[in-house]
Amino acid sequence: MRRAKESEHKAEGPSVAASVIPTPTSDALSPVLDIRGLSISYRALDGDVHAVEGVDLAFPRGGIVGLAGESGSGKSTLAYGAVRLLRPPAVITAGSVTYRGRRVGLEGVSVLDQTHAQLRSLRWREIAIVFQSAMNALNPVLRVEDQLFDVIEAHLPMSGDERRERAGSLLDFVGIDRGRLRSYPHELSGGMRQRVMIAMALAVDPEIVIMDEPTTALDVVVQREILSQIVELKERLGFSILFITHDLSLLLEIADRIAVMYAGRLVEEGSAKEIHYQPAHPYTRGLLNSFPSLRGPRRELAGIPGSPPDLRNLPPGCPFVPRCAFATDACKHIDMRLAPVGGSKDPSHVSACPFVLPDAPAPQDAETVRSPR
Amino acid sequence: MSGDVRSAAESHGPLVLEAIGIHKDFRLGSGLRSPVLSAVRDVSFGLYRSGVVALVGESGSGKSTVARLLSGQERMTRGEIRLDGKTVHLQHRRQFRAYKHEVQMIFQDPFASLNPVHTVRYHLERPLRLHHVAKGRAAIASELVRVISEVQLTPPEQFLAKYPHELSGGQRQRVAIARALAARPRVLLADEPISMLDVSIRLEILRLLDDLRQELDLAILYITHDIASARYFADETLVMYAGDIVERGPSEEVTQHPAHPYTQLLVASAPDPDALGTSLRTGSKVVAGQAGSAISGVVGCRFSPRCPFAEERCRREAPVPVAIDEQRAAACWRLDVAAPLLVRDGAGTGDPSRRGKGAP
Repeated sequence: MRRAKESEHKAEGPSVAASVIPTPTSDALSPVLDIRGLSISYRALDGDVHAVEGVDLAFPRGGIVGLAGESGSGKSTLAYGAVRLLRPPAVITAGSVTYRGRRVGLEGVSVLDQTHAQLRSLRWREIAIVFQSAMNALNPVLRVEDQLFDVIEAHLPMSGDERRERAGSLLDFVGIDRGRLRSYPHELSGGMRQRVMIAMALAVDPEIVIMDEPTTALDVVVQREILSQIVELKERLGFSILFITHDLSLLLEIADRIAVMYAGRLVEEGSAKEIHYQPAHPYTRGLLNSFPSLRGPRRELAGIPGSPPDLRNLPPGCPFVPRCAFATDACKHIDMRLAPVGGSKDPSHVSACPFVLPDAPAPQDAETVRSPR
Repeated sequence: MSGDVRSAAESHGPLVLEAIGIHKDFRLGSGLRSPVLSAVRDVSFGLYRSGVVALVGESGSGKSTVARLLSGQERMTRGEIRLDGKTVHLQHRRQFRAYKHEVQMIFQDPFASLNPVHTVRYHLERPLRLHHVAKGRAAIASELVRVISEVQLTPPEQFLAKYPHELSGGQRQRVAIARALAARPRVLLADEPISMLDVSIRLEILRLLDDLRQELDLAILYITHDIASARYFADETLVMYAGDIVERGPSEEVTQHPAHPYTQLLVASAPDPDALGTSLRTGSKVVAGQAGSAISGVVGCRFSPRCPFAEERCRREAPVPVAIDEQRAAACWRLDVAAPLLVRDGAGTGDPSRRGKGAP
């Protein structure tokens, strides 16, 4: 299996730049990854935790999709589940995931039906991941070059010199001096380690890069450098990004489309512009109002009261009801299906709340968390 | 930084805790000639009753070390801490205990700062006994209800019996705050109290701290890397870089009209939702570079290797804090270029009589 895969890749050159994926226009519109009705549960003695429930999400080629949500909202479970990285007790209970990369043909592969051997060639080669904590994701006792070689060796047949050259050009890509190939992870700063992680994710030209809070542990200044580097690399190499973060203000800036998750369900999805200027779902509106803004006049913040629900026994209907200022009895009977937002010009802007429109004012007596001062 | 500006937090009440030229060197290695890292360099500021002072900086800037020095967890290399105008000698056990009674700390990670094998009751009872806040079973029981109600965990009895793993992140941080309040302190040192919490809960905790500040007249030191939250929460903001306070002033002014090039970089780097991708795509490059190095032997301004305005003098001589107005100061030789609008009218670098004397 490995051998067949390798000969297939023989044609590709050693340097990263030479093997840039051409961007065909014909299939530009078909999503590169298509998640349909995906449900994932964690089995536990005292009942299943429904971490992801009936999620539909499509990734346009070459775009950046942002996935926002609090810890425990299921955003990482969704992403890892879609590429089959979860281990028991996590179980995928329903749904389909179709991957349509250029190297696998237009009809695509059903990720959930792949054997382990097939998955091995899919992972990293097609879908790579930048993990949240670079310190824990890198092996502390191996030099940076050895870790990069490992990735390259597993997927591309190359001579030692070619490998070394490719590893060097990968570091060039992310703006790290080649001399650092011989460094151990502890000799690098947090920002550099995160860059090495990005270089490693790009090592064998994946089509999709999943970035799980790639900059959360970093300072704002370094965060900004890395983000602009990610955007630049994406434009140059043409991969697609799934960007997972709890920082909605960051997503608004970097993502093309944003999906907001709450209690394992998508509650709203739309272009970054729509989410920013026309947020529909009360949870999205609450999140947007929770951030102290640095720019512009001081505005009155109105946070979300209460805390996220227990996923083991969710009440029927909308899980946000206990924290929602707009909630009525009717909310306990809705089915959380995403539907186009009424009054929005963009039909791809969908929300799980059928009642609240973007311009609806919050009820006067609503319980919110005011800003300090 | 010298005390020739008035703190924006002083309008709320009298000075409670004062740091005067506190300094901390860490020796890297065991040899006598091993390099020294000055994590905090001659930092001075005051905390005022009912006032909030924010200490903002990147990781490694020394902001947490300041909190550790003020809380007595780390011994200063030199400098002075004054409580109500009296010098405190933290090495004396009796003075240390009296000091801890007044100055309490909240830590960043509510998952690590509570002991998983003990109940909330245990966590809150200990400071009550240690600081002799209450004696006797009945008095302790009523004190417990008081502190847990102060952080709005109701019903109190139910929460007292819980273990940390039964609480959400926000509830844990409330317990940590309650534990700090149990000693009835007048000063609260909050080291990144919201950075580990969920976004939707952060505002609530800040709001709680602000309510407590008003009700209990607490003086708060708010340590954060998020300058936007300092804008909303703190009266005065101090910006720290590589062990130095490089700028100080009223929070709104520091965030809206930053004077020091580092503060400007910090503000420019914050995500800007209104930009919607444009700023990242058009390649508006920020100054690249490593986080500030605090290892001794560096002469001149520690920000100069990353500073777009740096000139020869900046690399040779450490800048002296310069008053911009009554409440603001910045340590930069090139304020006239970096923030021309702020230092016009003879204030700042143009007027040598307003400068401090000698190198800090």
